[in-house]
Amino acid sequence: MQKMYTKQEYLKYVEEKSPKSKVLRNVTRAFVIGGLICIVGQFISNLIISKGVKPEDAAGLTSLIMIFFGAFFTGLNVYDELGRFAGAGSIVPITGFANSIVSPAMEYKREGFVVGVGARMFIIAGPVIVYGISASVFAGILYFLLK
Amino acid sequence: MNVFLMYLGAFIVGGVLCSAGQILIDRTRLTPAKILVLFVTVGVILTLLGVYQNIVKVGGAGATVPLTGFGYTLAKGTFSDVDKYGLLGAFTGGIKAAAAGITAAIFFGYLISVAFSPKAKR
Repeated sequence: MQKMYTKQEYLKYVEEKSPKSKVLRNVTRAFVIGGLICIVGQFISNLIISKGVKPEDAAGLTSLIMIFFGAFFTGLNVYDELGRFAGAGSIVPITGFANSIVSPAMEYKREGFVVGVGARMFIIAGPVIVYGISASVFAGILYFLLK
Repeated sequence: MNVFLMYLGAFIVGGVLCSAGQILIDRTRLTPAKILVLFVTVGVILTLLGVYQNIVKVGGAGATVPLTGFGYTLAKGTFSDVDKYGLLGAFTGGIKAAAAGITAAIFFGYLISVAFSPKAKR
């Protein structure tokens, strides 16, 4: 009897909490998948350093490898599936940057290799590079003035 | 550093950064493109303030793999070139430091976009 009651109460609780816990669920998924992708990055970095790559070169080479994986798994149609589950967990890492290049480029291939692939690659990557580089120039000028 | 702590740091810092992105997606109407732009820019600003360097110390790849790490790379390269070449460095350092990442993204992105096709839409 008491068990029935708690179950009903639980269902009511679920009903009430539903929209809020959806956010919690999304954030948890993003945390876990994003964290795991970073662990893969850390593993690659440790591996190449153990193979003799200089630690100061390791970050760039790790990015290069992660970008390859992000692009490759997008090509295999795996990364977008992961994205449906992970949300920002797959968008924020650099693999997501690679995904943002390959996904629209593949989609618009029928428009040709120049205006289709060549241009669509930058639909998200373009703004990222524009704002990243502009911000870094601003930062560099400030650094020069305040140094 | 203890290897376990290194991986734990990467997991937690990377996880927190991705969670921040997810909260922005769920709570605001920011699109993924805007999230990525925001993260790169925030990475540059936090590096200018000297904060992101400490996040990298704790998080390792957890701080360099997320897009804020791309901003960190751009800013760090800019500062080191400003140290070497003065104001010109503000225009050379960022791209130089991010060259491997940007070129890899364009090259692999192009090859894979040409070689593979999207799954048929249902």
